[in-house]
Amino acid sequence: MAETPLVEARGLHTWFELRQWGFLRVGAVRAVDDVSFTLTRGEAVAFVGESGCGKSSLVRTLLGLHRPTAGEVRFEGESLAGLKKAALKAWRARVGYVQQDPFGALPPFLDVRRILAEPLKVHGVTDRAERERRIRAALAEVRLTPVEEFLGKFPHMLSGGQQQRVVIARALILEPALVIADEPVSMLDASVRVEILELLQGIQRRRGLTLAFVTHDLTTVRHYAERIFVLYAGKVVESAPVNDLLDAPRHPYTRALLAALSDPDAANATRLREVPGGEPPSLIDPPAGCRFHPRCSSAMPGICDREVPPDFTPHPGHRAACWLHEPGAENTNHAIIIDGRQAPGRGGPVHDVSQ
Amino acid sequence: MGESVMGETLLSVEALTLHYRTRSGAVRAVDGVSFDVKRGEALVILGESGCGKSSLARALMRLLPRNLAHHGGRVRLGETPISELSDERFRREVQWSRLGLVMQASMNALNPVVKVGEQVAEPLRELKRWPRRRALERAAEVFQRVGLPLDFMARYPFELSGGMRQRAVLAMALVAEPELVILDEPTSALDVLTQAAIMNVLKEIKRDQGTSFILITHDVATSSELADRVALMYAGELVEACSAARFFGEPAHPYSQRLMKSVPRLHERERPRAIPGQPPSLLDPPSGCRFAARCPERFARCEASPPAFVPGGSAREGAGEGAAESRHRVRCWLHAPDEGDKHG
Repeated sequence: MAETPLVEARGLHTWFELRQWGFLRVGAVRAVDDVSFTLTRGEAVAFVGESGCGKSSLVRTLLGLHRPTAGEVRFEGESLAGLKKAALKAWRARVGYVQQDPFGALPPFLDVRRILAEPLKVHGVTDRAERERRIRAALAEVRLTPVEEFLGKFPHMLSGGQQQRVVIARALILEPALVIADEPVSMLDASVRVEILELLQGIQRRRGLTLAFVTHDLTTVRHYAERIFVLYAGKVVESAPVNDLLDAPRHPYTRALLAALSDPDAANATRLREVPGGEPPSLIDPPAGCRFHPRCSSAMPGICDREVPPDFTPHPGHRAACWLHEPGAENTNHAIIIDGRQAPGRGGPVHDVSQ
Repeated sequence: MGESVMGETLLSVEALTLHYRTRSGAVRAVDGVSFDVKRGEALVILGESGCGKSSLARALMRLLPRNLAHHGGRVRLGETPISELSDERFRREVQWSRLGLVMQASMNALNPVVKVGEQVAEPLRELKRWPRRRALERAAEVFQRVGLPLDFMARYPFELSGGMRQRAVLAMALVAEPELVILDEPTSALDVLTQAAIMNVLKEIKRDQGTSFILITHDVATSSELADRVALMYAGELVEACSAARFFGEPAHPYSQRLMKSVPRLHERERPRAIPGQPPSLLDPPSGCRFAARCPERFARCEASPPAFVPGGSAREGAGEGAAESRHRVRCWLHAPDEGDKHG
């Protein structure tokens, strides 16, 4: 550990208290529940999970919009919890945020120039000419050119892809060290998605900034992220370099996700896919032990339903919070179950529907 | 598979047109679309946002907007020329009872103060005048078929998850046993696992009941989960229609080919590639091929005159691809009978 990581989350908990009649505490929604990770400078990571897994709460905690219930976020070694008003504002300039819905994220009554001027004004760039210079540079960087044509346009005059470019320009204009993109392309068409992701990746590499994607789409991450964190019910269940995770997933939940995804193929229509039954649990009263155990076909009674699995390291750099990967478990039944369920994702569908 | 079940044409659509009136002129959302669906077949209508695919569903179901400029075309369902029927007869005899529809985001349009079971039974009571009890019994059967627990019949929509509500609107579309169900983006707001589960339900219904489907979506990968055939729409027109095997394997139209290349694949290292440019405005579409401006293979003729929707590729050559491929259609000058020889 020569270098301080850019971001370090330690034992992060973000719970939302539930009250009855305004004062009786009746429980909590455990949206983020004991999550730890580090992000190094210049890397691109993806947080992947289904809706309600806590990924947006995690993002909002990283952005300082929610105070963690327990644990802390450190940015360049300094804890966010200790930051006072002015320091917090200075820190915010170092973090860019790309929202999911570009149209909703842009004020409809401001033109592009004023949308991009806003963060500069807030962070004390008072010189008008300097602001104009930076606005033009930002638009050129997201390839909204010729710049003059876009400066006076209002959001409704732009296509979805162009709107998202403005959102990206706004996130980048203060030259942040970290950019968090919450489902940046989920509202866009397939061909536009690739353009926006290529753009983000180009900027990330050129500027050497850290990019954290939040997405539910595992098929796009291979080319645009270096590491993946898979979230389930408020916890990180698996994390690994992208190719390790997609080619050799270890956690049964990740395997199920990959098996449910299809590459376009006419043969898909003739096969049923294997889908774990049930639905993600309530975050108010999550199951004891591993939160995936009620839906897991490899669950081991007496273990998985009792004790929360810690992170095991089945492979260097690859972590899985699953009892199947407990060291020493290799020679027992569980390991055989894993081997028996070979071909994770690949050819996931098993039942023939045509008979 | 299922070739024996398929055969007879169930739905035939000719020159279907739906134009909207706006302050800047007529928007040609659906501009002369022709296709057919055989019994027991699932046709996917694929297209990017704004290509007119949802308007196509509205035009078929006669759910017409107030700013309608033009609605036309000939539609036959089985033996009935349904485009000839009066609005009242269409509503009584076709809508919901013979043509079911799951609209986009309709899982959020369930009535919040009516129990889900009652809502699913409603088409039967309304259209077929069935007594409540009988309608509820039938609704219970459909609940089971779409994988909803029976006790959910007595629940309100807010007590159901998104996936369960989507199953409920599917049950509603299926309850009157329509011959054809139109699904407009039925899974696009759902999570991966829920999406796969719903696609499984659709496959089972197709297999067990022989129901025909038109699945309208922008999601190429998911569309392959149900498709027997694919029709690709661009700027208000169909540009290619062919078997799923052909479309996902070796499409003929330059737009189809580029669309397939823009889809990221889970198990391939090859990077997806964007299609440069944007679709044209439907207010004033180009007079030639509508994809020409973005097409690297264009030549003089493409911008000069619009290509017709003609038999293409293997269908023209008559290569032994089987009967299904005789229905291959392409709208591209590269595949025009006379042009094809020149470009050989």
